[in-house]
Amino acid sequence: MNLADHLPALQVIVPLMTAPLVILLRNGFLAWLGALLASLASFGLAILLTVAVLGAGVPEYAMGGWQPPFGISLNVDGLSALMLLLVTGASTLGLAGGRLSLRRDIDNRRAPMFYGAWLIALAGLCGIAVAGDAFNVFVFMEISSLATYILIAAGRDRRALSAVFKYLIIGTIGATFYLIGVGFIYMMTGTLNFADMALRLADVIETRPIIIAAGFITIGLALKAAVFPLHIWLPRAYTYAPNAVTVFIAACSTKVAIYVLLRFNYGVFHGNLLAHSDLFTVFIIPLALSGILLASAIAIYQGNIKKMLAFSSVAQIGYIALAAGLATHAGLMAAQLHMFNHALAKGTLFLCVLAFVLTTGSASFSNLAGIGRRMPWTMAAFVIAGLSLVGVPGTAGFVSKWYLIVAVMGMPGWGVPLVMAIILSSLLAVVYLWRFVELAYYGQPPDGDVSRMEVPLPLRTLIWSAALANIYFGLVPQLPLALAESGTTTLLGGLLP
Amino acid sequence: MKLLGLFNYWVFAVLLMIGLYALISKQNLVKKIMALAIFQSAVFLFFITMSRVDEGTAPIIQAGVANQIFSNPLPQVLILTAIVVGISTTALGLAIVVRLHEEYGTVEDNEILAMDRES
Amino acid sequence: MTMLLIGVFLLSLLVITAIAIVRSEDLFSAVMLSGIFSLLMALNFFLLDAADVALTEAAVGAGVATVLLLAGLRLIPPKEAPGRPLRALSVTVIAATALLMIYASFGQPTLGDPLAPTQQHIAPWYIEKTPELIDIPNIVTAVLSSFRGYDTLGEVFVVLTAGIGVMFLLGGGRGKPFSRLDSQAEQGLSGHLIPKVMARLLIPFILLFALFIQFHGEYSPGGGFQAGAIFVAGIILYSLVRGEGLALSVIPPRALLLMSAGGALLFGSVGVAGMLMGGNFLEYSVLAENPVIGQHIGIIVIELGVGLTVTGVLLSIFHAFAARD
Repeated sequence: MNLADHLPALQVIVPLMTAPLVILLRNGFLAWLGALLASLASFGLAILLTVAVLGAGVPEYAMGGWQPPFGISLNVDGLSALMLLLVTGASTLGLAGGRLSLRRDIDNRRAPMFYGAWLIALAGLCGIAVAGDAFNVFVFMEISSLATYILIAAGRDRRALSAVFKYLIIGTIGATFYLIGVGFIYMMTGTLNFADMALRLADVIETRPIIIAAGFITIGLALKAAVFPLHIWLPRAYTYAPNAVTVFIAACSTKVAIYVLLRFNYGVFHGNLLAHSDLFTVFIIPLALSGILLASAIAIYQGNIKKMLAFSSVAQIGYIALAAGLATHAGLMAAQLHMFNHALAKGTLFLCVLAFVLTTGSASFSNLAGIGRRMPWTMAAFVIAGLSLVGVPGTAGFVSKWYLIVAVMGMPGWGVPLVMAIILSSLLAVVYLWRFVELAYYGQPPDGDVSRMEVPLPLRTLIWSAALANIYFGLVPQLPLALAESGTTTLLGGLLP
Repeated sequence: MKLLGLFNYWVFAVLLMIGLYALISKQNLVKKIMALAIFQSAVFLFFITMSRVDEGTAPIIQAGVANQIFSNPLPQVLILTAIVVGISTTALGLAIVVRLHEEYGTVEDNEILAMDRES
Repeated sequence: MTMLLIGVFLLSLLVITAIAIVRSEDLFSAVMLSGIFSLLMALNFFLLDAADVALTEAAVGAGVATVLLLAGLRLIPPKEAPGRPLRALSVTVIAATALLMIYASFGQPTLGDPLAPTQQHIAPWYIEKTPELIDIPNIVTAVLSSFRGYDTLGEVFVVLTAGIGVMFLLGGGRGKPFSRLDSQAEQGLSGHLIPKVMARLLIPFILLFALFIQFHGEYSPGGGFQAGAIFVAGIILYSLVRGEGLALSVIPPRALLLMSAGGALLFGSVGVAGMLMGGNFLEYSVLAENPVIGQHIGIIVIELGVGLTVTGVLLSIFHAFAARD
């Protein structure tokens, strides 16, 4: 076997095995450097895997040499590659841009532990994205969750602790529900491998345990994905986490839960459970819609930029859930594209917030008044990413909004009201972003000081590269489109037109 | 007989709900962690019940004994992993509770929430 | 039939204990009840032919979890504030879910049904192939460390993460908070004769038993995780009797950190060795000329890795709690 065949395994073990080395270091800078290098390597591996997926495809990888369903397999398709790019990209962005900010938040003595946890979280998320086995997903979900709790608890505000405790309880309930669902499926099929499950479920369709399993898995993962109204843990966790951590987790951690939801509901249940797509649609669409509208409305009333963006995330998860709930080819395309584009926009926005907080020391609106005149470069990047979040043409956000609207229009009888809801929510997004932009450009700084104070050039370059990526993928969306197309094909397995 | 064969699953459902109820209604954070442990233990019982085969023994091959019937090793393996995950969550949760007590001076959820609202 | 009835009896006790845990306002008694709950659970697992799981539940649930909760309660008030009254909505939702699950149970295979789908597909393959491919008597160990070794690698990292988290939050792992322990303020129970004598007698046997569980896991119930938990129980007993400082001087914190990280690295490097020798990650068969010998080597080394990490992490966690004021 040559190295290329090992790519799926390396994607997980590179960050995973670097973590124990990092915690043994005694120096915060070296630990950061080690984590950054491992994260960059993972990003490189994700790019290689993406190229392979778009080329000849990635062969199934049998862990330990045991063929599935007896051993654990790793499977990489377009959707996995999309997730891997998001996860590793967000981690690299957070680490590279977060050096200065993290140095303030985490004291040198505890830094190796922190960066070790970061790498384990990264490895856990990558592990979920490549796993072909339902129980293995549970294991890696717990790895990434436990590590994420540590990252959030590192926030300097004591409210980070109360937020993370709530997250721990809800996250564990979600993971346990998922495990119960997997147990019910195992009870009726005798297997844990996704592909094998889909095959064997055909014999036991519509039995009570399978319907219960679908319920437990959907609710458990909706808790993890913070689908409205199961989102209560998210805003506080995002707000009080260290800024660099927010860049990382806001861009990808909830999306990984949605990824598993898609794998199960389409890869496994769909086509087996006869009424499944109707049930799933009826369950998820009302929740998604209320999330889109209410969370956007709540975002308007926030006085803290991080909290505002966190509520905006809940709304955006609503878009993804809405698109996924349509159970059509176009809907799945839109869901995947929006995962990618939202991660891009939110990652950039939180990176800008990190820069603001780095210079002003706080994320509250009152403190950030006039920041646009003091930090014009960063603020311009913020505006670009904000436009992408709203979905203005020319940005990445427009592409996925467009796909979403086309998908929604395809729903007989529902099209127009759903489009209205999407447009209304986009307007709400304009309102909450404008509130901040207005304050940033026209507000009076708290101490009346309007002198320039930008963050160092390397960080500014990073912020601008991220912002330009939002425009690039708006003008040249071929890459996410191709990945989403490939992902949709495997998810539906040719079941739907 | 058939009904008694489902008794384990009923206990699973009841324990799960006792755990969930305590998680929702109890304010004390240590109590929440204990409730989480009950909640997870219920799932362990669920899986291990699945693994049992009538007339079977624990899946350890004894030399010189032919035609043994074994209970299913796979759910047992899964639960070994899940138990470890459970204790890890407990340990981390407890560490957070200790830190919360140091910062807030209380481990009652409603009191912490009230203090968060003030600040 | 008798077994079934004993099972029903034990399960009923389990439910009663769970209710008692939830209702108890004194957290100390709740912790003790949790220990009893775990022991009852372990008994149930034993009745259901899950010897390995029973051993683990007893060591972890009744042992490690109880000690951790007690160490935690030392730092926080042991009384629960009077709770708020039952809320009709949550009770209704929860009761409805329980009834729904009981309703669903009528579509499930009954306990012990040899024709259940669970017993048909993969499980017989493990039972049939283990003697041929891995050749160790304990099938659970074979599945755990080889067929699903990747999950076990994940499990080791879950443990390591918990250790990292506790050390990060409570500041253990490195020097400072432990320095306080050099003072001979805490003498443990060394003034009490009976615990001292009992501990002297017990500790060597506990440590020996842990080693037995570690290296005999291929033949009988046990393996790295259980061994680690039991080993830790021995050390904790020592520190209870002789005081924290002495127990720490036996195994310094830095060594614990090295053990924790080293065990995980050891496990991972067995996997990488498989890759370098032409197999897949965690493929032990390529480690030696004879694939079965390769499996044996792989399993022994990774179990050692598991044992090291579990011991290191659990001791670090215990010390992190114990060293906190």
